Amino acid sequence: MILAGAFFYLFAGLAVAAAFMVITARNPVHAVLFLILAFFNAAGLFVLMGAEFLAMILVIVYVGAVAVLFLFVVMMLDIDFVELKQGFLQYLPFGALVGAILLIELILVLGSWVISPDIAQHAGAPLAADGVTNTQALGQILYTKYVYFFEAAGMILLVAMIGAIVLTLHHKPAAKRQNIAAQVGRDPKTAIEIRHVEPGQGI
Amino acid sequence: MQDLLMDYLPIVIFIGVALVIGLALLIAPFLVAYQQPDPEKLSAYECGFAAFDDARMKFDVRFYLVAILFIIFDLEVAFLFPWAVAFKEVGWFGFWSMMIFLGVLTIGFIYEWRKGALEWD
Repeated sequence: MILAGAFFYLFAGLAVAAAFMVITARNPVHAVLFLILAFFNAAGLFVLMGAEFLAMILVIVYVGAVAVLFLFVVMMLDIDFVELKQGFLQYLPFGALVGAILLIELILVLGSWVISPDIAQHAGAPLAADGVTNTQALGQILYTKYVYFFEAAGMILLVAMIGAIVLTLHHKPAAKRQNIAAQVGRDPKTAIEIRHVEPGQGI
Repeated sequence: MQDLLMDYLPIVIFIGVALVIGLALLIAPFLVAYQQPDPEKLSAYECGFAAFDDARMKFDVRFYLVAILFIIFDLEVAFLFPWAVAFKEVGWFGFWSMMIFLGVLTIGFIYEWRKGALEWD
């Protein structure tokens, strides 16, 4: 269990460090790469908790989605590093003000926090009964008990799909596309014409 | 719990070995290789002529569309895994809830197909 604790501190420390680098990295592309590192460490934390399925999904979906985010950043922002540095001092007072307000709020909230003495008894155990894996435990409740949330997830995915198509799909009107049905549907009657040409005469 | 973590030991060893090899290959050139850079050596090489412009340029929004559509169907497949593992337990109710989910996404798929979002002109 000591080893698991060591790995917890490794993953947690790297996740916090990577998250810090995300907001301090000047280059947005570097920030995204640090975000990916943070997601990998979060996946490691999930594994330590026994939530294997969530860990794998985190790697597949978040890292994949962050690749899209990366693409989006490169595509939408015309990154000019000289320009990025110029605005920094201009916005510094305002940013410092917002940061100070947030810090005061955090201190007020955290100052009134006490850790319950009997917290250890209430610590959640993501592993269900013996012999039931994490994936199976999720599957047993996700499609029956939480069916409305599951279907809502489907609806949200549908909205995302249609929204992305509506926002970004612009076909060029002059583009020529392959029409496979028309190609396959050709037969000798419509495609070729046989003419008998007499010698010495044109068509 | 402990058994579960022990299952991941080979992955940890694998990552450790990969890290050692990767770092060794990254650091060794700095230590052993002969280095004498000049501006011409350090400049970007583009098939013999001078580089036209910065590599970071805006590109077509359709790459984004393809990636988003991929992510959505990726998620759809991710939802299938726990369903398949717990198939016997969830019964007919779970079966039909998944069929409705797939149906909803199939509507989106038909829409995307008919709109020509899968085509690249």
